[in-house]
Amino acid sequence: MRDKILYGMGLAALFLLGFDIYKIANFPPEAAQGAIFKIIFFHVPAAWTAMVAAGTALVCSILFLMKKDFKYDAIAVASTEVGLAFLAVNLVTGSMWGHVIWGIWWTWDVRLTSALVCWLLYAGYLMLRHAIEEPTQRATYAAVFSIFAFLDVPVVYFSIRLFRTQHPGPVFLSSTGSFPPDWGMVLLLNWVALLLLAIVMTIVRLGHEQTQREIDYVRRMAHAL
Amino acid sequence: MPIARELPDVAVKLAQADRRRSSFTRLVFVVMAKDLRAELRTKEAVNASLAFAVVILVLFNFAFDLDDAATRMIIGGLLWLVFAFAGTLVLNRSFARELPNDCLDALVAAPVSGATLFLGKALANYVLVLAVELVSLPVFGILYNVWFPFGQMIIILALGTWALTVIGTVFSALTVNIRLREVMLPMLTYPMLVPALMGAMVLTAQLAAGTSIWGESATWLKVLTGFDVLYTAAALALVETVLVG
Repeated sequence: MRDKILYGMGLAALFLLGFDIYKIANFPPEAAQGAIFKIIFFHVPAAWTAMVAAGTALVCSILFLMKKDFKYDAIAVASTEVGLAFLAVNLVTGSMWGHVIWGIWWTWDVRLTSALVCWLLYAGYLMLRHAIEEPTQRATYAAVFSIFAFLDVPVVYFSIRLFRTQHPGPVFLSSTGSFPPDWGMVLLLNWVALLLLAIVMTIVRLGHEQTQREIDYVRRMAHAL
Repeated sequence: MPIARELPDVAVKLAQADRRRSSFTRLVFVVMAKDLRAELRTKEAVNASLAFAVVILVLFNFAFDLDDAATRMIIGGLLWLVFAFAGTLVLNRSFARELPNDCLDALVAAPVSGATLFLGKALANYVLVLAVELVSLPVFGILYNVWFPFGQMIIILALGTWALTVIGTVFSALTVNIRLREVMLPMLTYPMLVPALMGAMVLTAQLAAGTSIWGESATWLKVLTGFDVLYTAAALALVETVLVG
């Protein structure tokens, strides 16, 4: 049953992505930036998906510390890994856009730097997990680190409003934005598609974590014997 | 073995402090004094840190071959990179020092809270890192011919070093028992320190250029202070979990 739901969600995500790509391809090029502007339909939803994943990791880390249930640790690590992949999509698409519009792949702008720092932090989370063998200690330390890392996320989100920056201002959810409503709808639909994809990936990764927990259990039994 | 000699002394003091229903502050200072005494007897972390700072300062000169104007422009970054690198050497030793003879288990079992232990250790690290910085600063001034107004520089040092210390101490506790401890600490600490280091670097560079830190760049002072408050609160709330589980 779980597999069928998973396949259903995966197919829905692919269908939605296909529909969005068809709509995006038929939009006219943006007046100032041309066709490259359309990368925003993936750049921004990928960042939002990564934020949702980071938020999920934070909530599950706190729940693990409160309840000591390994289910929450598994969700935390699965969503962190998926979030890291989507943040990488955000960074790479942003870099491609920057190469065309600014003429450079990268600039040490506050917001870009913050996103990269977040990526490094969550990569550090995964490396910390790899370095700890004892499962309870691994889950506890990783949960504490995840909470510390999440404190950095608001810096990313609000940096565009707090600091002067080369990064363009927000065009959605902002009084100064100028994004056409039908484009905004496709962008939101694309976010739904990416979120569905992220949920499918997280559930697949949870299966791996379940197997890992069983291996840990067998190893502990072997040590005890 | 200085650490072995140290242990009963500290255990007795902690127990005495408990009997006298001592305040949180008093217990924090007992832990801090113990850490400082242990370090000052061997001086291993401070000496290594200081020597490392001077070596990097000399290497930077070869790496960049700077004139006077360029030096003033990148000075903030250079100085805080040196402080971050050298500080990590001190911070790495903070909990690792307690590993031989199971001193860490004894400390955790002492009748004091995790927050007390953390704050005591963080304050001891703060004093040590600040001392390394205050010795490196004149060396830096002589080698690169850049001098800072002392009053304003001490504010940047106080805020920036606390950020380095509070994050470094809590992660030192987090990494003390794991593989590749020496590599993991800087790898986890530096990305988290970016907002604080950025603030300290900008403020130091402005000071070197002759601008006051109270003017336009005061926002960075707020960022630095906010970072210190936020992460101190998070560390105090979570350190018990790290130490006890």
